[in-house]
Amino acid sequence: MGVTGSPTNIQQGSKTKGGIGESTLRPDGTLKVTGEFAYSSDMWHEDMLWGFTLRSTTAHAEIRSIDTSEALATSGVYAVLTYDDLPTDVKNYGLEIQDTPVLAHGKVRHHGEPVAVVAADHPETARRAAAKIKIEYVELPVITDEASATGPDALLVHEGRDDHHIGHVPHPNIVHRQPIIRGNADEAAKRADVIVSGDYTFGMQDQAFLGPESGLAVPAEDGGVDLYVATQWLHSDLRQIAPVLGLPEDKVRMTLSGVGGAFGGREDLSMQIHACLLALRTGKPVKIVYNRFESFFGHVHRHPAKLHYEHGATKDGKLTHMKCRIVLDGGAYASASPAVVGNASSLSAGPYVIEDVDIEAIALYTNNPPCGAMRGFGAVQACFAYEAQMDKLAAKLDMDPVEFRQINAMEQGTLLPTGQACDSPAPVAELLRLVKARPLPPEQQWLAAGEAADVRALPGGLSNTTHGEGVVRGVGYAVGIKNVGFSEGFDDYSTARVRMEIINGEPVATVHTAMAEVGQGGVTVHAQIVRTELGVNQVTIHPADTRVGSAGSTSASRQTYMTGGAVKNAAEAVREKVLEIGRAKLGTYHPAWATAELLLEGGKVVTDGGEILADLVDVLEDEAVDLELEWRHRPTVAFDLKTGQGDGHVQYSFAAHRAVVEVDTELGLVKVIELAVAQDVGKALNPLSVVGQIQGGTIQGLGIAVMEEIIVDPKTAKVRNPSFTDYLLPTILDTPTVPVDVLELADEHAPYGLRGIGEAPTLSSTPAVLAAIRNATGLELDRTPVRPEHLTGV
Amino acid sequence: MRVNFTVNGRPQEADDVWEGESLLYVLRERMGLPGSKNACEQGECGSCTVRLDGVPVCACLVAAGQAEGREVVTVEGLADYAKHRDDAHPGTGCAAGSCGTGLDAAKRWQSKPTDGRTGEADELSPIQQAFIDAGAVQCGFCTPGLLVAADELLEQNSSPSDADIREALSGNLCRCTGYEKILDAVRLAAARQEETV
Ligand code: FES
Ligand code: FES
Repeated sequence: MGVTGSPTNIQQGSKTKGGIGESTLRPDGTLKVTGEFAYSSDMWHEDMLWGFTLRSTTAHAEIRSIDTSEALATSGVYAVLTYDDLPTDVKNYGLEIQDTPVLAHGKVRHHGEPVAVVAADHPETARRAAAKIKIEYVELPVITDEASATGPDALLVHEGRDDHHIGHVPHPNIVHRQPIIRGNADEAAKRADVIVSGDYTFGMQDQAFLGPESGLAVPAEDGGVDLYVATQWLHSDLRQIAPVLGLPEDKVRMTLSGVGGAFGGREDLSMQIHACLLALRTGKPVKIVYNRFESFFGHVHRHPAKLHYEHGATKDGKLTHMKCRIVLDGGAYASASPAVVGNASSLSAGPYVIEDVDIEAIALYTNNPPCGAMRGFGAVQACFAYEAQMDKLAAKLDMDPVEFRQINAMEQGTLLPTGQACDSPAPVAELLRLVKARPLPPEQQWLAAGEAADVRALPGGLSNTTHGEGVVRGVGYAVGIKNVGFSEGFDDYSTARVRMEIINGEPVATVHTAMAEVGQGGVTVHAQIVRTELGVNQVTIHPADTRVGSAGSTSASRQTYMTGGAVKNAAEAVREKVLEIGRAKLGTYHPAWATAELLLEGGKVVTDGGEILADLVDVLEDEAVDLELEWRHRPTVAFDLKTGQGDGHVQYSFAAHRAVVEVDTELGLVKVIELAVAQDVGKALNPLSVVGQIQGGTIQGLGIAVMEEIIVDPKTAKVRNPSFTDYLLPTILDTPTVPVDVLELADEHAPYGLRGIGEAPTLSSTPAVLAAIRNATGLELDRTPVRPEHLTGV
Repeated sequence: MRVNFTVNGRPQEADDVWEGESLLYVLRERMGLPGSKNACEQGECGSCTVRLDGVPVCACLVAAGQAEGREVVTVEGLADYAKHRDDAHPGTGCAAGSCGTGLDAAKRWQSKPTDGRTGEADELSPIQQAFIDAGAVQCGFCTPGLLVAADELLEQNSSPSDADIREALSGNLCRCTGYEKILDAVRLAAARQEETV
C-alpha cells in the first residue's frame, strides 16, 4: 500500500465507536451467556487430582495430635498434608499482619480453620479420606466479645504478638485502635439544644459471591507451579504464596481464571497455597473447589459491630458535636481489620459538617470467624448508626429528616474529622433532593383495582401468609460517604501494558494488566479507554496474569480509577510513540505533522481540526508499539495515632437512598417495595455498567437490612448457618425496583473526572430501609438485620 | 455404573459413575459441559438449572442415575434448543447430530483464556442476547441457570408480567446485579419475541 497522508488523500475520518461514555457491551458477555466462560471451578486438566480441606470442628482448642495414617492409606489418595509438611519456615500468611497459619499448628482459633489437606482422584474420595483424619483437641474457653477479649482474665488469641500495631493498642486482643479528636466535643455539647445517643448493633454479613473459592495448581518442570485462580489481586496473592512454598516469585506463575463475584471476600487467600502444596507434593495438577458450606468458612466476612453514638444539635438544626465508639469484631485473624478501623473511624461522622468530634474505633481479636474486607469496608457499619442518629435528631427537633440532613450536609471544601478538606464536588444535599423528588410508588400496589391482593407483592410473598390486612407503609432516607482507593499512606499503584500493531490490515490494540475482573466490568472500560485514546475499533484484552506488573486490588472502588488510569496513561504514551513514528516516516508530506495537535481516530492520524494525515496501517506497517507504565494517585498519609489527623484519603464517593417499605405488623414481615438511589459518579465511563453496579450494591445493603446474617453461637463461637438454606440472600422476589439518578460532577484530580462507584450504594441502602421500617412501625430498631421478632415484639 | 442419556440433542454415556454423583457433576466433570454452575450444590441458588425432559430442575439435586434415558438441555444447548423449539420433540433438534458436544470433544475440553472479544460468530437464543443487551450479566455465575429458567418461562408465557417473572426466577440467586437488569432482559426478550411473531 502506498503512502497516504498526501494532501489529495484527505477525507473526513469516522469517529471511533465504543469509547468512554457509551454503554458498550461486555467483551466477555457472549462467553458468559453460552456457558463457555471458564470460571475457576471449571478448570480441568488431564490426570488432575482433587483437593479437600479438613477444618476444625471447634472454635478454640489446643491440638494434641493429628493422625493421618488411615487417610493416607485410603485407595485413591495421593497426599495428606498437615502443618508438619510445610516446606519452609514461613508457615503463616496475611494481608498486613502474617498471623494466619497455612494449616493450623498447636491451636485452632476459629470454627472451620483449615487443619489438613488431602489430594485424591475423586472429590468424594478426598472428602472421605479427610473424615478419617484423627485430631485430638483440648478445648479452650472462647473469646467472643469485647468483655471476654479485654477483661482481666482474658486469654490471648495470639500470644507473643510482634506486629507494628502492638505498641499503640491498649490490649493484645485489640488488633488496631484509631482515635480521632478534633475541636472539643465536650465544650461544643454545651451549645446543643438537643442531644441524642444510641447503641447500635450490626450483624455479620457474608459476601456470598456465587462462584465458589476454587482453582487449579499445575506443577511445572522447572520446579515451579502455575496457578489458575479466582482472586481480587494476583500480585498480593503471589507475595503471600511464594515464601510459604519456598519458591522465588517468578516460579509461581498466576493467571486469573473466571471470577464469580468477590465483594472483598477474595482479598485474602483461601485455597491458593493448599492447592500449590498438594500439586508440588504429588507432581500432579490439583483442583480445589469449595462447596458452599466450606465457602462460609473459607473467606472472611463483614465485621459485625457495636456502635455507640452521641450527637447534639441546636434548635435551628445545626449539628454541634459528635462522639462515637465503634467496636468491630475482627475474629481470629487480622486480615484487613487495621484498614477497616481506619475507614470506620475516619468516616464515622458521615457526610456532615461537624467541627467537634471525639471518635474511637477498635477491632478485636476473638474466636469468632475472621472478618475483613467487604464492599463498603468499615464505612457501612458507621453509616447505619449515624443515619439512625440523624433521624432521631430530626424527630426531636420536629424537622423533616431530609431537610435536617441538608442543613448539615458537607460540600466541597468541608473539613472531615481527620482535618482533610474535601477538594472535589460533594453534592450531598443534591443527592438527597433527587431521591426525595421522585414520585412515590402508588399505595397498596398489591391491591389491583377492586380485586383481591396479589400475594406475590405482599410481605411474605409467595408463602401466601397474608392478604394485606395488617400492612402499613413507611418511607426512610439515608446518605453516606465512602473513600475511594487505598488510604493512610499506602503506596497504591497500578500497571498497564498497551500494545498497538497492525493485524490483517487493521490496527489492533491489546491491553495487558493484572486487574481482576470480578464482574464489575473493568474489562469493558479498558477497551473503551483504549478506543478513546488510540482511535482503534479492535481492542483485545489479554488474560490477567503475573507476567505484567501489579494492578492492585479490585476493591475499594479503585479499579476504574487506578488501572483505568494506568491504561489511559499507557495508551497516551503509545499514542505519542505512534505519532513520533508517523512524523519520522511521513512528516514531510503535510505541514500539520509538525504544527497541529494530533489525535488518533477511526484508525487514522487526524489533526484537532479533523483533517486526516495518515492511516495507522501505513504509520505502523509491521512495527508494534508496546509500552508498560505504572500509575499512582496522589499520595496520602497515615492518620496520627493519637489525634487521627492527616490527609489520609484520595477521593470520596457519595450516594443517597430513599426506601419505601411495607410491613405486615402482625407477622413481622417486611417487603421493600422501592429503593430509589442517587449517586455522583464523577463521569460515567459506561452508563449501563454504572447503573448495574449501583443497583447491585443497593441490594446488598437491602440484604443486611432485612435478612442476611451469619449467626455465631455466643457460647461456642460456632457458625450456625453456613448454607444458602440458612443464610438468607435476597431473591428477585425480595427485591424492589431500584430507580437510579446519576450525577456526573467531575473530580478534577481523577482520570476523566471519574469517581469510584462500587461501594457507596451499599452504605446508605441499609439505613434507608431501617428508617422506612421505623417510619412504618414506630419502633426504635437499633440492630440490623431486622428480624420478624423485632417487629412483633415476640 | 453407566448412565445413558441425551444432552443437548446428543446421546451420551458416562462410565464409572458413583452412586452418589449428581447430574451436575456428571455434566461438568465427565461430559466436559461446565456451563451449568456449581454455586451451592444444595438446591438453593438455581445456578445449575437445566431442563430434564423439558422441565427446569436443579442439576445438583438430581442423582446422575435419575437421568437415565432422559433428555437434558444445558445452557450450552440453549441456542439450539430455542431454534428448534417448535419441533415435535424440543431438545432433539440435533437428531441429525450436527450440534451439541460430542463425548470426545467433551473429554478434550479445556478451560481457555478469554481474548476479550465477543464471540460474534455464535448464534444466540433471544434470551441470551437480551441478557447481554440489557446489562444483566456481571460476574455471570448465575447467568446460565437464569437463562435456562427464563427461557422456559418465555416458552410457557410469551408476555409475562413483572410479578410472573419474579415468581418464575425466584429460585435463582444473583449476588451482583440486584435483579433489575435481569427483569429488563426478560422483558426485552419477550418484547422482541412479540415483534417477530
Ligand atoms: S448449585 Fe444447584 S441449586 Fe445451587
Ligand atoms: S451476575 Fe454475578 S451472581 Fe449474577
